[in-house]
Amino acid sequence: MSHPSQAANFLKDEKRAHWHDETLWFVREKRDLASKNIPEWEELRNLASGIKNHVLSKLDVYLEELEEKATANGIKVHWAKDAKEHNEIVLSILKEKKCKAIVKSKSILTEECHLNPFLEQHGVEVVDTDLGERIVQFLNQPPSHIVLPAIHLKKGDISEIFHEKLHTQKGNEDPVYLTHAARQHLRDKFMAAKVAVTGVNFAIPETGEFVVCTNEGNADMGVHLADVHIACMGIEKIIPRRADLGIFLRLLARSATGQSITNYNSHFRSPAPGKEIHLILVDNGRTNQLAREKFKNSLKCIRCGACMNTCPIYRRSGGYSYGSTVPGPIGSILSPGIDVKKYSTLPFASTLCGSCSDVCPVKINIHEQLYEWRQEITKAQGWTAKGMSMKMANGIFKSPLAYKISGKLLRSTLKTLPNSVIYNPLNTWGKNRDLPAVPKESFKEWYQKNRS
Amino acid sequence: MVSKKQIMSSKELILSSIKKLSQEEQPLPAVPSFDESENTLETFQQSVKNNKGTIISELELVDLVNSGAYPKVYSGSRLIPDLKTFELPEKGTDLNDLDLAIIDGQLGVAENAAIWLEDENLGLRAVPFITQHLVIVLEKSKLVGNMHEAYSLIGSHYSGFGVFIAGPSKTADIEQSLVIGAHGAKSLRVVLV
Repeated sequence: MSHPSQAANFLKDEKRAHWHDETLWFVREKRDLASKNIPEWEELRNLASGIKNHVLSKLDVYLEELEEKATANGIKVHWAKDAKEHNEIVLSILKEKKCKAIVKSKSILTEECHLNPFLEQHGVEVVDTDLGERIVQFLNQPPSHIVLPAIHLKKGDISEIFHEKLHTQKGNEDPVYLTHAARQHLRDKFMAAKVAVTGVNFAIPETGEFVVCTNEGNADMGVHLADVHIACMGIEKIIPRRADLGIFLRLLARSATGQSITNYNSHFRSPAPGKEIHLILVDNGRTNQLAREKFKNSLKCIRCGACMNTCPIYRRSGGYSYGSTVPGPIGSILSPGIDVKKYSTLPFASTLCGSCSDVCPVKINIHEQLYEWRQEITKAQGWTAKGMSMKMANGIFKSPLAYKISGKLLRSTLKTLPNSVIYNPLNTWGKNRDLPAVPKESFKEWYQKNRS
Repeated sequence: MVSKKQIMSSKELILSSIKKLSQEEQPLPAVPSFDESENTLETFQQSVKNNKGTIISELELVDLVNSGAYPKVYSGSRLIPDLKTFELPEKGTDLNDLDLAIIDGQLGVAENAAIWLEDENLGLRAVPFITQHLVIVLEKSKLVGNMHEAYSLIGSHYSGFGVFIAGPSKTADIEQSLVIGAHGAKSLRVVLV
């Protein structure tokens, strides 16, 4: 499935698509307010970007230091070259502990590795404990947004699924009522789980600790009640020093939701007496991305989701239209690095307006990388219909006469052109767009009449 | 069980594929403090409110504990001694019926109301999360302006677990409507002494 066809699907429900657009823009505005409260915001972004550049340039050294310090703290460190190995490591720990049911807080890495279906195939019940993730899990869906997993759903949908799964009152759509029903349901799961899985927001080689941020407290409820904590992280999650957390924690929540900080920012350095912490360091294509000079700084991403909230395409096409674990602008530069064929349409799902790069807290040049991926993909694919029209445009812009004539032609034909020419399957751009109103004359003609 | 040999080989594979890129080391920026220590008390109080927490007095806390509204109360506070409490059990799961927990924080951050707690403050790590309602007692003299100042005070002091708590548990996963009390404490009260 390509992005345009999936986006068309999303846009069928016009009202809902409009709501989605407005809601994410509201989150973007909250981010703006939160960032403008801090005079040194731009300096923080520069620092975060610089720190991440530094980390990536000596990632091997930091990974070894992290392993050494974490091990000394009593954390068991594992290395996984790919998703398969990651999943097998998790399963082997569960088997050793004879554990058949786990609770899991939000981890985009485990989504990327498809851990849930793998464990379920092996008879393990996985309960996602973030409210949004639990909702989409009930519906057998992946998250549609990395920070707001159920943002594509309305409270009516959630009321219905909770009525079916949690026996809440039919038709009661009150978010407070529904949230508290989930609280009770998940508390029972927390009480019973022997093993809890979490993601990792930041890992600190200096101290051998890692940090997990949530608003709900679900990661902490899971790990502090269970005997075993398994934390899964991509190898790029490192920041060198504890003091660097000051920068990143100030940036993360403000960029993600407009809060001044996430509610719970938990620093795990060694297990509580009698308990275990496992930390799995996962590559799964990251070292390949690091080797790509043009694309390597996509690994600086701290998964705040700000680029999604601001993106005019994401807001109007929904997370599922991307078909990748990480959707939106950042996903569109990460995913082709994993499978360029499968995700070939994603770098084109952008207006290249650059808003994503403007809001990125670690200053990834997202829109420039989208453009670079287009070059790579077009080279690899050769002729395409869109490429053809681009070549025609290129010819027109090269010749002043051709440009003048084609402008006149366009102005007269746009008025009479049947919609079918624009809204046909060959022109994916024309979908859900209206033709512009046509001016009577060109700017050049107007200028000659009025100013010369 | 994954064999030891396989684990080693993945580690070597990952490290060697990074090493062979022979990247030029980029400089590590120093972290400035962005000192903003003015009006930390007022800013902190406002930040607590913004995060849907409340500030109460020591007297109000004593009344709250004695009101009987919270049948099961745990206090680990040394800053306000002699509050009603009980001996913590061995396992966090035995605290599922805990109504109110009172613990001391180490420092508070004015810009976002984040309060730093370590193992020695918590007793059991589950306490501030599993309790229905949470009270954190904090010395006014332990307020700092921002996160940079906070980390420079915390330093690398060893605690197996440390956490910044900034408010009651919350979620906006249903249509972006803010709901307090997702999984953790349904309320946070801060007592400044």
